[in-house]
Amino acid sequence: MSGPHKRPWNVIGKPSRRVDGRAKVRGETKFADDLYVPRMLWMKLLRSPHAHARIKRISKLEAEEVSGVKLVLTGEDMPIPFGILPVSQDEHALCLDRVRFVGDPLAAVVATDEWAAEEGVNALEVEYEPLTTIASPEEALATPEPRIHEYGDEGNVHKKVAFEFGDAEGSLASSERVFEDFFYYAGNTHLPIEEHATLAAVDPDGKLVVWSSTQTPHYLHRALAKVLGIPAHLIRVVATPNGGGFGGKSDPFNHEIACAKAALVLGRPVKICLTREEVFCVKKDGTIEGMTLETLLDGGAYWSYGVASTFYTGALQTVTYHIPRYGFRGCRAFTNKPPCGPKRGHGTPQPRFALEVQLDKIACELAIDPAELRLKQLAPSNSVTANWLRIGTMNLRQCIEKVVEGSSWKDRRAKLGPGRGLGLACSSYLCGAGLPIYWNDMPQTGVQLRLDRSGEVTAFCGATEIGQGSDHVLAACVAEILGLEPFDVRVVTGDTSLTPVDLGSYSSRVTLMMGNAAIQAAERARFLIADAASEKLGVPQDKLVFAGKRVFLAENPEKGLDWVAALVLAEAKHGTLGTVGSYKPPASPGHYKGAGVGPSAAYSYSAAVVEVSVDPANGWYRCEKIWIAHDIGVSINPVLARGQVEG
Amino acid sequence: MKNVHVALTLNGERVEVAFDPAKTLLEVLREDLGLTGTKHGCELGECGACAVLVDGVPVLSCLVLGVECEDREITSVEGLARGPELHPLQTAFADLGAAQCGYCTPGILCTAKALLDEKPQASRGEIAEALAGNICRCTGYLQIFEAVEEAAKRLREGSVRS
Ligand code: FES
Ligand code: FES
Repeated sequence: MSGPHKRPWNVIGKPSRRVDGRAKVRGETKFADDLYVPRMLWMKLLRSPHAHARIKRISKLEAEEVSGVKLVLTGEDMPIPFGILPVSQDEHALCLDRVRFVGDPLAAVVATDEWAAEEGVNALEVEYEPLTTIASPEEALATPEPRIHEYGDEGNVHKKVAFEFGDAEGSLASSERVFEDFFYYAGNTHLPIEEHATLAAVDPDGKLVVWSSTQTPHYLHRALAKVLGIPAHLIRVVATPNGGGFGGKSDPFNHEIACAKAALVLGRPVKICLTREEVFCVKKDGTIEGMTLETLLDGGAYWSYGVASTFYTGALQTVTYHIPRYGFRGCRAFTNKPPCGPKRGHGTPQPRFALEVQLDKIACELAIDPAELRLKQLAPSNSVTANWLRIGTMNLRQCIEKVVEGSSWKDRRAKLGPGRGLGLACSSYLCGAGLPIYWNDMPQTGVQLRLDRSGEVTAFCGATEIGQGSDHVLAACVAEILGLEPFDVRVVTGDTSLTPVDLGSYSSRVTLMMGNAAIQAAERARFLIADAASEKLGVPQDKLVFAGKRVFLAENPEKGLDWVAALVLAEAKHGTLGTVGSYKPPASPGHYKGAGVGPSAAYSYSAAVVEVSVDPANGWYRCEKIWIAHDIGVSINPVLARGQVEG
Repeated sequence: MKNVHVALTLNGERVEVAFDPAKTLLEVLREDLGLTGTKHGCELGECGACAVLVDGVPVLSCLVLGVECEDREITSVEGLARGPELHPLQTAFADLGAAQCGYCTPGILCTAKALLDEKPQASRGEIAEALAGNICRCTGYLQIFEAVEEAAKRLREGSVRS
């Protein structure tokens, strides 16, 4: 952070209660399902019991007759497709003619209470024609017909990507040793404790409002406008605080769109809350990966779901170790399983796991200490990788040294006797993707500040609080610049009508991007205030310090103004006070097709040593102790940073 | 079905409420009594998000019928603070990062309160055991355990603050 005057930070880096902490411990945080409004109706979805089937007929009549049922929607009510990526517009709010996984929704019933809606769902009659089910990517490759989608590279292969940076193949041939392995990474789900919920209503002005447990209100906003055919400015999306997200709430979802549609049709508020069983259906990270790491220094081939995830499986494998020549082939196949979205690292941890395990195997084979093997070839700070990612600061070395020291690695490794051992692994991740999901030249985030004579400062930003502490980060950055405490700053977030656009809480982007936008907005506000204060005090602006809710002269702290007096002067001089800030990551040096995946303004790093014991009788293993070190740059609030690391 | 009429004590106050007899205590609290502090993560008795105290004992409100609560004393998260003053558990959870998204927090606070009411000196092992039925996806539990220990200490010292 920069500023006209250098002073130690008062807020940043100090452990403190998060600004929204009080509400959370009092049970007063309003999650989406905590919203109840008069005349509210309930929605339930009919989900497919088949993994793959044609819908031959849906009969709504019986359902419509159930007492309390107000509306039954099917696919034809919302025929326009949507999807998170501009290229992946292949989902429908309710399936049109085909269901593609168990749980794929094909009808929605709205009723006066949840039970009536459920009863309505049970009364729906559907005739299905089951189709061949494809359960694994291997099966997808071997089964080109029937195609799950009509588009894609061929058969049930959606997308193939291949890159080679430098002569990776050639280096294989000339390497002394070639190590080849196969790794499998089981599918898993995000499991936030809060189940997805949405409330939609038409406001008194006739505009649609949707409150939802979403990590990405902006993308939901776009999808709603598209599918419902309403101009975006007539729709307001409010992201309620999420009871955990982990990537599982980062797409626009069927239930959100169907709920909004029902509210529009009925002119009454409609709520849907998914059950735990449904949450398992909606999105999972079903990544099954084979990875062939062809040499110590070259990449390999991957299996993954999700076009972006497919790219990500390859993109970030180069930022931990120096890899001069790098080859990567990825392929995405269609299977009849819940669609797979990003989860905690978006395609990165899985190949990282393979790479790290393979490094261990190599270390073992070559009788080198695994820590040494890694330390020997770290990617350097301020460098550009083979696949054109610009690395800024890189302190993985310190991370490794810390965990090696903490765990007494050198003395204890391979000496703990049978059934017990130490292992080491490293990782890295983005601080937000360098490019937005849909191509544009606008900032990825914006912050607006309003300040007035009462002394109040309100910070507005579209970022979504999903538990990670983004509301606190926003307040803390503004408070630091203006010499206030975080609790002096009111935050309004995640509301597409009230707050500037932020792309959402995903990709570990919010602290870096929103934080920089907040700093810019606050510095602009500080300038206005300093301008008025310096006139009053008769001192140059750059001699003024903002701290302790005062504006004062650096060399004579007695001489100054309290915060409210300074704001009164500034409002008198400049009129109503408001500033904005925004942030866009720096351009990436890569210019090939696919170079958009991987660049980031900064990479964070981590190293961990784990002590594990295995019971030889049954193979049960226990994680006895973990030492972990992260290179996260500056911690805004150590209490929250620790929570992120441990969680 | 016809509503039943039940009288109970909720967070120290006598209340009367009418509801469908098939409703769980969780639903009655959230939908009929307007207290949404109590959460649900499964409604299957698996996650602990819905824990409240019935006569001082932690129960999963998704597994208890509202009709079973006639004349019982229910404490939900809304009943922990004394007016604006937080319960020491709440203070410690807020200060020590034990609530991240805060969704599991109400259930954990109620469960922890029952533990500390009974065992003011609860050990780390006892705390972990008492909270074994409460799933937290965000924190990794360490900060939760530390917050309960800190609250126990503050309770023993008799200090409170908001
Ligand atoms: S909602 Fe009661 S245990 Fe999960
Ligand atoms: S704080 Fe999010 S589940 Fe516990």
